[in-house]
Amino acid sequence: MKKIEAIIQPHKIEDVKEALKKIGIDGMTITEVRGHGRQKGHKEVYRGMEYQVDLLPKVKLELVVPSARLDEITKTLADAARTGKIGDGKIFVFDVAEAIRIRNDDRGDTAL
Amino acid sequence: MTRLLLLFLSLCTFAAAQPAADLDKRLADLEKAAKAAQSAGDNAWMLTSAALVLMMTGPGLALFYGGLVRRKNVLSTMMHSFVLMAVVSVLWAIVGYSFAFGEGNSFVGGFQYLFLHGVGADPNADYAGTIPQGTFMVYQLMFAIITPALISGAIAERMKFSGMLLFMTLWVLIVYLPMAHMVWGKNGFLGATWGRVSTFDFAGGTVVHITSGVSALVCALYLGKRKGYGVDPMRPHSLVLSTIGACLLWVGWFGFNAGSALAANALATSAFVATHFATAAAALAWMIVEWIHNGKPSILGAISGAVAGLVAITPASGFVTPMPAMLIGLAAGIVCYLMVSVVKKKFGYDDALDAFGVHGIGGTVGAILTGVFATKEINDMRMGKPMGLVDGNPGQVINNLIGAAIAWGLAIVGTWIILKVCDAVTGVRASEQDEIEGLDLGMHGEEGYNFEA
Repeated sequence: MKKIEAIIQPHKIEDVKEALKKIGIDGMTITEVRGHGRQKGHKEVYRGMEYQVDLLPKVKLELVVPSARLDEITKTLADAARTGKIGDGKIFVFDVAEAIRIRNDDRGDTAL
Repeated sequence: MTRLLLLFLSLCTFAAAQPAADLDKRLADLEKAAKAAQSAGDNAWMLTSAALVLMMTGPGLALFYGGLVRRKNVLSTMMHSFVLMAVVSVLWAIVGYSFAFGEGNSFVGGFQYLFLHGVGADPNADYAGTIPQGTFMVYQLMFAIITPALISGAIAERMKFSGMLLFMTLWVLIVYLPMAHMVWGKNGFLGATWGRVSTFDFAGGTVVHITSGVSALVCALYLGKRKGYGVDPMRPHSLVLSTIGACLLWVGWFGFNAGSALAANALATSAFVATHFATAAAALAWMIVEWIHNGKPSILGAISGAVAGLVAITPASGFVTPMPAMLIGLAAGIVCYLMVSVVKKKFGYDDALDAFGVHGIGGTVGAILTGVFATKEINDMRMGKPMGLVDGNPGQVINNLIGAAIAWGLAIVGTWIILKVCDAVTGVRASEQDEIEGLDLGMHGEEGYNFEA
């Protein structure tokens, strides 16, 4: 099993969800986050006081998938989230030791 | 008036067949009824105006200022406005009204209305002859509430609550009440009709805005900068709240300015109209200058401009026609923008929410331009003699400048002394710990936004 952690543009979340649904991926956890990579922030001016805002709003998407489907899913995700500009985000993949469904103690891929 | 005359004429024709005694009685009854009708109309408007002016402080100013601070200080900032609604009211009933509007000397009122003694249903002809003095008293109270609340913009995010309470109480007693008496009280030194230096301040440009704005600057300098000023980001946490607050201020200000006619008459209409157009012009002026200077027209700019316009038209509202009113708004929008965006940066003082830049400077601009644009066409209180510069009385500009200078002087000296006293008694600056953590938690043990609740 692999855990996919993707940081994407907030306005792309609907496209990504839609694309993943189409290939049968329904489960995910989404968090509103702030951060920055190479994308520069923006300037805000309040009554002449300038503020450089570096931390930009992003959405973090977490899902755990069967290892066999990893490439297909990351490709679908990236295609859906891509605008081609700086700030599109990143995808990280981790190994997962175990998955347990709390309701009935299912283990491994069946718990996903 | 015409209606009264018609009634009188028809009565006269009728009277030919009636005994004279009967006619006298009916005339007296008619006179009484006409007076009661006028009083009812005036009183209805003045009670409404009083409520509108209270609305300017809470929620108006509380939201406007509350939105401009960081989220950890939203409650403490709103509390400044709210608690003054209570503190000043109690103070007003006990001594405030008497010291402002009692017959004293030229500089401060007397003792006759202490504990609101004799302030009830009967009108006070010196001030407003058609409404109960109780109405006049409570209307003036609302002005005394918002004035110190305006200062709270300069002390936001760093003043100790106990120090703030003591400061505001002393400030109302030592700065506000004498200033209100000098400009509006019987035989006041700066009164428009009876003053030795006749100044025009229709609704409080000098009494309310110059005193509070200049005191705000003294407070900002005395308290020092907020921790991290110029280094940490101090962005407004919710311009949504500020915008709602500014809109409530705009609406409430009709009570402030048009209500200052103290009657539901044509002068009230004129003040209402002047207020509205000046505000609109000022909002546009600030927005456009900022657009040119910074590249973007901001809503914070537009609402700040509106407030600057409201401030500047306040002294002039009962004296000027709509076009000069727009010029006053235009001037206020531009000057106040430059003040808070350029001059403040140069000097580096931390007037957190620009109480000085908007109220002190806007009030001074308004005081001067009132002397320029006051006209007998709107307000003929000098019985046909010229009013302002446009009427051919340049001396009025000087008189208004003297009034403004006295307000500046009283505010600077009074505020500085009061701060010294408060510093010794309660302390004025919040502890570093409280400031870092936020005054909401530090001073009040609460938070504005409990997301997990």
